[in-house]
Amino acid sequence: MTALLLRDLTLALRAGGGFGLSLAFFLIVTVLVPFGVGPEGGVLGRIAPGILWVGALLACLLSLDRIFALDYEDGTLDLMATAPIPLETVTATKALAHWLTTGLPLTLAAPALGVLLNLPTAGFSWLTLSLAVGTPALSMIGAFGAALTVGLKRGGLLLSLLVLPLYIPTLIFGADCVRRGVEGLPTTTPLLMLLGITLGSVAILPFAAAAAIRVNLR
Amino acid sequence: MDLTVTDLSIARGGIPVLGHVSLTLRSGCALVLRGPNGIGKTTLLRTIAGLQPPLSGTIGLPSEDVAYAGHADGIKSTLSVTENLRFWARIFGTGDIAPALAAMDLAALAERPAHSLSAGQKRRLGLARLLVTGRRFWLLDEPTVSLDAASVALFARAVRTHLSNGGATLMATHIDLGIAEAEVLDLTPFRAAPSAAAPGGFDEAFA
Repeated sequence: MTALLLRDLTLALRAGGGFGLSLAFFLIVTVLVPFGVGPEGGVLGRIAPGILWVGALLACLLSLDRIFALDYEDGTLDLMATAPIPLETVTATKALAHWLTTGLPLTLAAPALGVLLNLPTAGFSWLTLSLAVGTPALSMIGAFGAALTVGLKRGGLLLSLLVLPLYIPTLIFGADCVRRGVEGLPTTTPLLMLLGITLGSVAILPFAAAAAIRVNLR
Repeated sequence: MDLTVTDLSIARGGIPVLGHVSLTLRSGCALVLRGPNGIGKTTLLRTIAGLQPPLSGTIGLPSEDVAYAGHADGIKSTLSVTENLRFWARIFGTGDIAPALAAMDLAALAERPAHSLSAGQKRRLGLARLLVTGRRFWLLDEPTVSLDAASVALFARAVRTHLSNGGATLMATHIDLGIAEAEVLDLTPFRAAPSAAAPGGFDEAFA
């Protein structure tokens, strides 16, 4: 498992691994939105939680099809299915590697980009916390979607359509958590819901993803 | 423990290709599958490897004792030869990759990134992976594709060493490896009867 995690991280960091892609996309979204919305600080600050969460979600979506597609094309997935580690571990590990290369950098970069969107200072800690709690769910749900579409040529469109509805609860509770934090309201409920979604998907989806891969390898 | 296949029927894309195949592979033996293109050699190997379920029949197999090598080698082009091989050695829980590098004559290429290898060198790396798996039964699908004569001899030597160590190989190949003790199984008589080859419903659309 460590070997697989290290290999995926190495591959992501080497040339053509697409490590910077999600982060660059997130940066572009948050830089462009103020230009589109205009310089009124009040409006910008109010929509900032939603924009930051939508930006993080789309940035995450961008790199999903790489999770299994590359391994499928070069035959690694076939060999992995006959290797001694169970496919459930493989899917969970690959989701973890995806989170370490997209979700974690997004979480760390979000406060800096919050400044660009005039996010009130009270929201910074809640933004970081909600992203840290919510983005693992994005990676795990995305890995499941990627496993479902792994054998398809140009499966990216189908993958996005499959995964987007599953992302909506995370988005709602994540953005709501930040909004409540900004307004000084209690944030426990959305944060707990977010945590529940994350823990639920981490507990169930590795098995679903492994089953989907087994079907797709036939 | 032997690998035994009893009365196996298999399908590709929902269409039965082979029926009632029975074979036994004992330690120290090599079995070569022959047959025209499309008869189902790859499908048979994938079924025995557990990558797809058979239509009927049983596969008696010591669990976790099979290494499969298909058409694709599972090589990451941005990793070096050593990194690729060491990854598989760690996945299979075996330590030393030096004997595998030496056996497939890859020592001189060890630090080269895999994308700079030729097709034949990549194949050699793919076959070296078999040596680090430590598995007893090798299922090989056209292992000699894009290998030159010298590399084929190198591979034949690796297979013979594996056999003498108590291993066994089941391979689909069209060329003669020069392994005297290898038996040949022609799959043509096992071709599924045309009546059985009814279209497999919607499965074919997704094949």
